[in-house]
Parts: sequence; structure tokens; C-alpha cells
Amino acid sequence: MSFPWAKHYEPTTDVGKWIDSRLPLPRLIYDSVGAGYPVPKNLNYWYNFGVLAGVALVVQIITGIILAMHYAPNTGLAFNSVEHIMRDVNSGWMLRYMHAVGASFFFVVVYLHIFRGLYYGSYKPPREVLWLLGMVIYLLMMATGFMGYVLVWGQMSFWGATVITNLFSAIPVVGDAIHTWLLGGFSPDNATLNRFFSLHYLLPFVIFGVVILHVWALHIPGSNNPAGVDIKGPQDTVPFHPYYTAKDFFGLGVYFTLFAIVVFYLPNSLGEPDNYIVANPLSTPAHIVPEWYYWPFYAILRAFTVNFLWVPAKLWGVLAMFSAILLLFFLPWLDRSPVRSNTYRPLSKLFFWVLVVDCLILGLCGGKPAEEPWLRISQFASAYYFAHFLIIMPIISRIERPLPLPKSISEAVLISAGHTGAAASGTLNAAPQPAA
Amino acid sequence: MGRLIAILAPFAIGGVFCLALLVGALMPRDAVTPDATKALHIEAKDVHFKSDGVFGTFDKAQLQRGFQVYREVCAACHSLHFVAFRDLSALGFSPAEIKAIAKTNDQPSVDEKTGDAATRPGLPSDHFYGPYANEVAARAANNNALPPDLSLMTKAREHGNRYVYSLLTGYANAPTDWKVPTGLHFNPYFKSINIAMPAPLTSDGQVEYADGTKPTVDQMAKDVSAFLIWTAEPKLVERHRTGFGAVIFLLIMTGLGYLSYRRVWAEIKYKTKKGEVASA
Repeated sequence: MSFPWAKHYEPTTDVGKWIDSRLPLPRLIYDSVGAGYPVPKNLNYWYNFGVLAGVALVVQIITGIILAMHYAPNTGLAFNSVEHIMRDVNSGWMLRYMHAVGASFFFVVVYLHIFRGLYYGSYKPPREVLWLLGMVIYLLMMATGFMGYVLVWGQMSFWGATVITNLFSAIPVVGDAIHTWLLGGFSPDNATLNRFFSLHYLLPFVIFGVVILHVWALHIPGSNNPAGVDIKGPQDTVPFHPYYTAKDFFGLGVYFTLFAIVVFYLPNSLGEPDNYIVANPLSTPAHIVPEWYYWPFYAILRAFTVNFLWVPAKLWGVLAMFSAILLLFFLPWLDRSPVRSNTYRPLSKLFFWVLVVDCLILGLCGGKPAEEPWLRISQFASAYYFAHFLIIMPIISRIERPLPLPKSISEAVLISAGHTGAAASGTLNAAPQPAA
Repeated sequence: MGRLIAILAPFAIGGVFCLALLVGALMPRDAVTPDATKALHIEAKDVHFKSDGVFGTFDKAQLQRGFQVYREVCAACHSLHFVAFRDLSALGFSPAEIKAIAKTNDQPSVDEKTGDAATRPGLPSDHFYGPYANEVAARAANNNALPPDLSLMTKAREHGNRYVYSLLTGYANAPTDWKVPTGLHFNPYFKSINIAMPAPLTSDGQVEYADGTKPTVDQMAKDVSAFLIWTAEPKLVERHRTGFGAVIFLLIMTGLGYLSYRRVWAEIKYKTKKGEVASA
């Protein structure tokens, strides 16, 4: 740990000493999520979502492993085996609903986690690698979620897979060959289902591995915080345990309560009715949509309607969709402002909220059929999405005059405890000792 | 030079994407001919079932009546492949009754002596079989339309519970400017308006209920909808009951978690440096 005042693990029992000198696992836990990890004391509830994402991943892995015991990855059996799980397997309905709803909840948590990172500048030095690893996790999640949805082998599984894998055929020259190679055929079939099952079982463990790297990369500089200023000394931090274990336990309780409400009372509200119809390659649904968590990117994909600069519209859409995700990897270098937290960046904060609204609009458009007015709205919204990251953000970070920063986390805490909102209105330095 | 490229590249890439999008956005649109199907389509009627809501359960008598409607009316064309006869115990049937019901359903089998295809009476462990051997047979018997399997119908349509009821009671005379092709029927609750299925519930008293309930078309439609809610989600009651316990438990756990969180942080968060309790 890089903080000299971090508490050190001292095994007290003989057994503890014996283990510590051979494989110091308890020490590792103590240093990562125990009293040995000093954390800024001003973290707000938005900082709960990292732990929640980890828990969501574990829930998916556990339920998924049990579901795989009863599932049959064969086009003739897949849909029936899912119904077998729903009807005949003990508590199978609960496992399946937890897994299906759990995927949505995982994405909700991760989206909030990402937007928290955007708002508080958590991608900036010295946390660039932490951010990059997070983006790798996000990409892997998208792939895993997509393949998992196909396994049900309902109508939307099949046609979603058809549409998404077709994107690769837009690549010039080699596109068709890649498409056939990925599917193991000319359209989704048994070969596709089998490899998707294999990869859907593999990728979560890859994600788990990258999560370990992500947490490791977090522990080198330590957590960022809402004030965005560096830790100056012991007075700025509290040990992770018991302070953040207690807070995360409470957050986890809220999360599981909401999760239970959806699993037990609205289990199909986030799914498509069409996926309760078995896949039929001869009958195309009127309206093909992916899962809601892909909607913003699906909207960007469909927003390109004209051949432009000799590039066909379809290829534009595919390029833009992948670019929309990939450009997030470059964020640490697109936003050069030395100030992390948007609390002290009035201009950047304004555009952050525009981006949030823009992403919600894109999500809405992605779930609608490709017709007016949704198409035109998604074209403007997509244009803003690219402009935000590639044009507005670099310009703002050069021209913006940030508000005065608090001298330390402790000062920020004092001020916000005395006057809620004082930090936001920029009267920080004007009131060095606000009346509490 | 490299630095300049690094600075300008985002603007160039962003600019090209924005331009391509804006050209598309400003492109005039072809005039859209209004979709007559969409204009005629009606959302499912507002109808309530005992299975709705947090405490929703099944009314066994109603499920039995709905099962009777399925057997006597729907089963002529529609399969129920995901349901096994043993599942009918959830409707309140005794093992003997289930055996008797299963027996009436011929299952494909193999003649023990000759090895030829044959049939045998169904067993409680069997799933509902038929009415058609395969899709070709189903289409051949129905003017090339395929009667869908009903096991999951209430989950496979938007607002499925209400949809089934609405469809069954929604047959009407087509407006004069709407053409219904021969062999199809007008039903505004059906997505493409013209449906191959003729109205299945046509007159009161089409089935004879043993429990004395008056078999109006409306009642039969409600009963069979309730039955199909059960076939699609047989674990609904168990789910509602488990969920109630789970949510209560989690609320208590979360409440205690909040109190311990406040207590752990009391020394840090709610006091200023001087030790005065802040207004937070």
C-alpha cells in the first residue's frame, strides 16, 4: 500500500503466523478490503457501485453455473431445456430469473459506475490504467451478455444474433468470410449456439480476472473522491474496514432489495415477449431489438442512413458503433484538464449532464422501431455523442477556468458538512471556516 | 508534428462522424403512407385476474374451468407441449383424475412386436401431445395457417394475460374500407388485424361447467386466459410467496445495515473538526 499510515497486518495467533509466512492470503484481504486500505473519507453513495458490480458478477457466475447444469446447447433442445429449468428444476425459475434480471442489474450498476467515473474524473492521472481495465471489463460484459441472450434460442435470440453478427459482413473485402467464420455457418445455427455457450461460460471468468487487475490498479493510487483532490495525509482517510464495509453492506442491502422486487414481481419486465417464442429462421419478428443495455449503441448503428464519402451507410453505422465504445478508452487523453471533479468545473459539469440526457435519448431511440421521428432524433443525439467526446471535451479542458479547489479532502468535508452546496456554488475559499 | 496530429485527430474523427450524421438527419424523408393496420390495432383490454399483483394467486376452480375450455375448444387446433399431465395436480385434480385425463391423450409410440409406429394411452408423466403430428399436418388442416402452441402464450405477447382475453372477445365486423381476405377474420386486437383463427368462443353455453358457473363467452374467455397464465408461469404463486419473504428479510437487513453504518461513521461524518455535531 502506498500510504505510509496504512495499518499493517499482524497475525496474533500461531496458526495466523504460520499461514502468513507461507501464503499470506489473510494479509492480502486485510490490505485490499480490510483495515489496511486507507480510503478517502468523503466518498458518497455513488462510490458504492464498484462493490455492487463485483457482487453482481458473482451472482451471475453462481446462478449461471447451476443453470448450465440443466441447459442443453443444441438448437433442437435449447428452448425446451430453458422451459425445463422454469418448470421442473427445483427453484429453477428463481435461478433463471435471477440470471436474466441479474444481467440487467449488472449493466445498470456498471453504467452508474462509469458515469460516476466520468463526473468525478476518475479516469485521469494516475488512474488511466484503472479506467482502461474498466473499459475492457465493459466490452467483455457486452460480448458475454449478447451471447447469453442467444442461448435462450427464442425468436429475439435468433434474430438479434442474426442482426449483430451481420454487422461484421459490412467490413470491406473480408467481411463475409469473417461473418461465416464467426458463426460457423451462413446464419446462426447449431455451430453458433455451441460456440456461444462455450464462450458465454468462459468470458465471465475472464471478466473476473480483469476485475482482479482492476482492483489491483485501484489499490496503487487509491480511490478517487468527490472532491477530486489528492490524499494529503491520514486525516483525509479512513480504513476500508469497518467504515466502507459498513457502508457497502448497507448499499448491498438496498441493491438486493430492488433486485428481489424485480426478480419476484416483474421478472419479465426487462425482456422481450418474442423471446418466449422458439427461434424460427423462417419467420422474422416485426421489430428486432437487442437487450435494453445495448440500445444507445444500437441507435448509433442505425443512425447512419446515407452513403457518405464513398463509404456505405451500413459500414458507417458499424464503424460508429464500435468507435462509440472504443473512444471511451481514449478519455484520459481527450480530457486534459488537471481538475478531476466536475464539482469544480462549471462548464464541464453542464456538458456532463447534457451527455447523460443524450445517452438516455439514444437508449430510448434504440428501443424504438427505425422510423420517424426516432430516426432523426437518434441522428442528432449520435452527433452530439461524438461531438461531446471528440470535440467539446478537448476544447473545454483547454478553455475552462475551474473553481478554486479545496486544499484537502478534510477541508472539503468540513465545508460541505457546514454548508451543503457551498462547494458547488464556489464560495470555498471565501469561507475558510464556515459557521458549523 | 506527431503532437499536432494527436491534437487534431479527435476533431477530425468527431467532425466526420457528425457530418455523416447531420447529412443523414437533414436529408428529406420520403412521404410515409400511414399504416392502416396500426391505425386499426387496439391495445389489450383492461381485465384483471386473481394472479395479478404482489399477492396474486391462482383460483383453482377457475383454472379447472379454463382447462375444460382448452380441452373442449382450443385443443382442437392448439398444442400445449410444455405442460405435463402431472402438472395438473396444481389445478386441484387428484392423482386418479390426472391418470384418467392422461389416458384420453394418445401418445406416439412403437409397436412392441413389429416396431411399427403406433400409439399408446398417455401417462401422468407425459406432456400433452397433439393435436397434430407436426407443422406440415397443422398447416394442411388449417388453410396453411399454423395454430401456435399455447403453453407460453401469455408471456409471448405484449400484455399477454389481457391479450388472450381481448383476442378471444375481440372479434368484430370489419369497417367498410378494410378488406378481409377470404379465410381470414377481423380482430383489431391481433397485431396484423386479419387473423386466420375464426372466433373460437361464439355462444354462451358452448361448454358446460360442472361447478354451476354461467358459461358466457366473457366468462369462458376469462377462464381460459387464467388457465393459460398458469401454463405459462406455473410457479407464479411460489414466486410471489418467496418474494414476499425475501423482500421483508432484505428490508430488515438493510435497515439494520443502515443503523450500523450510521453508528460506525458517527465519530467521523457527523462531527466537524472542533467536535461539534454538524447539521448534516
